[in-house]
Amino acid sequence: MTGSLASASTIAAPAFEWGLLSPVLLVFAAAIAGVLVEAFAPRTLRRSLHIALSLGGLAGAFILAVWLGATNSHFAGGRPGTVIAVGTVGVDRPTLFIQATILVLAFVSVLLIAESSHEVTSFTPQAAAVPGSAEEREGLLAGLSHTEVYPLTLFAVGGMLLFPAANDLLTMFIALEVLSLPLYLMCGLARRRRLLSQEAAMKYFLLGAFSSAFFLFGVAMLYGYAGSVQLAAIATAAQSGTASATLLYAGIALLGIGLLFKVGAVPFQAWKPDVYQGAPTPITALMASCTLVSAFGALFRVFYVAFGQLTWDWRPALWVVAILTMLVGSVIAITQRDVKRLLAYSSIAQAGYILTGLIAANTAGLSGSMFYLAAYGFATVGAFAIVTLVRDPAGEANHLSSWAGLGKRSPLVAGLFALFLIAFAGIPLTSGFSGKFAVFRAAIEGGALPLVVVGVLSSAILAFPYVRVIVLMFFSEPAPEGPVVVKPSAYTGVAVALGAAVTVVLGIIPQPLLSLANHAATQLFVR
Amino acid sequence: MVSPAHFIALSVILFVIGAVGVLVRRNAIVVFMCVELMLNAANLAFVAFARMHNGLDGQLIAFFVMVVAAAEVVVGLAILTSIFRARRSASVDDANLMKY
Repeated sequence: MTGSLASASTIAAPAFEWGLLSPVLLVFAAAIAGVLVEAFAPRTLRRSLHIALSLGGLAGAFILAVWLGATNSHFAGGRPGTVIAVGTVGVDRPTLFIQATILVLAFVSVLLIAESSHEVTSFTPQAAAVPGSAEEREGLLAGLSHTEVYPLTLFAVGGMLLFPAANDLLTMFIALEVLSLPLYLMCGLARRRRLLSQEAAMKYFLLGAFSSAFFLFGVAMLYGYAGSVQLAAIATAAQSGTASATLLYAGIALLGIGLLFKVGAVPFQAWKPDVYQGAPTPITALMASCTLVSAFGALFRVFYVAFGQLTWDWRPALWVVAILTMLVGSVIAITQRDVKRLLAYSSIAQAGYILTGLIAANTAGLSGSMFYLAAYGFATVGAFAIVTLVRDPAGEANHLSSWAGLGKRSPLVAGLFALFLIAFAGIPLTSGFSGKFAVFRAAIEGGALPLVVVGVLSSAILAFPYVRVIVLMFFSEPAPEGPVVVKPSAYTGVAVALGAAVTVVLGIIPQPLLSLANHAATQLFVR
Repeated sequence: MVSPAHFIALSVILFVIGAVGVLVRRNAIVVFMCVELMLNAANLAFVAFARMHNGLDGQLIAFFVMVVAAAEVVVGLAILTSIFRARRSASVDDANLMKY
């Protein structure tokens, strides 16, 4: 991307290391194959073909990512990785760790999307049919289902894989849109409570487009400052400090707004509760786990590579954002009466804890955050999987009052949900404790002790709504007309079991994954 | 004499008009048009900066942004029309089923 007006008589084909990009390419290839399946396969075969393609593509990409990290010559002998595709994509150890995390979590989310035992599917038969119309009823009776969600999910996951790997801001912007656009659509595809779902889609779309406009204008300012959109070039320009500082600070601020919106940090969190509540629950699980991991990956890369020399300039602003995020998320969680909104506010507070890892601005901060993201991702997918199982005749019973006495109806499901809640609260012997410990320790090393104090305080506040739900589930009488816990098929069963197993294992023996994250973070990102 | 700096100033003005429009207008379509105005303000800034730096990157980025904006229109209008058909209203104030 080094453009110049000098004319060249021959055009040399750019070197393009396909191998290092293979996990991303495989996911996109599976997505395109999914579109072809949608177009040509007979309706009866479509669903099973889609499931095989999606799960196969994600599993294959995971294997490729692990294999690259283990055997590729760019990583051999402690080398940090390399910048590929004419400087637009950085493939380094943290990127591979983040990509592998996204792929596993996406795999588990696709298991939830594929669930069909308690209803045909979680998705509307015809998104174009007006809710409550005769057309919609016909679609329901005919047993139609939107199988487009599978390729859309794969496109979104492809964008998520590219987003944290993008080494220039244009690639990052394109990846941001590739991951966002399918998510906007999928938010509006819920089978039940369709008006809510469409409203979620509209809110997410308008606010998402608004925030990506800020991101883009920030890119324009930084391009004006450095004359290039490559992260390393921006870092070099900032170090020499010859160009206009106004452009640089405006660029950092606008870019920061775009990225912080995606992770749902206060004051850019307004979309999160509404979107999490309205979207189909499997899609909420995908957003709460994979999108968060991906957005934090990009946030880390931008702030560590492009603005790594300016730590003292961006830190104060991020301190304020992190403190607000931790406190607002946990305090408002107390007032929630809907289980998905409760999990959304909890996710806002968790984003605040991970921001303390970013502010630490050291390798321990990066490795702690990566560990936290993996641990939190599994717990949150498991929690949303359980939300899909508690149902009444109108669909999922999301109001907390209907969860009363769930422990007496189904001790196993209520017990697992309680496990995920205490993991979110960060009680020892769960993954949440190991994650918080890693992140907060890094923040103290990075000189952010007051943030850690706020973080611990916020966790204590956040424990209150969790404990209330646990008490409600186990120590109150079930309502006679209350919801039932449906028996999950293998898909949801595996998702819940994986979430619970990872939550417990990372709580008891966090060391293997923690040292893998440390190993991945030692040299930070390539430039 | 009009210098690239003037174009930057204009793009900032357009961006602010777009951002204020998103915040104060109530019709979802108009809100969306304001977002498009913000994207085009960024395009203008890219092209003007490309001129200042004597490079091609900015002009090239503007093309990418146009494609992204077009894709956004496709997705956005699909969502907005489906909402309009269900509610007979495109006001963002009417979409208030979820609160707090």
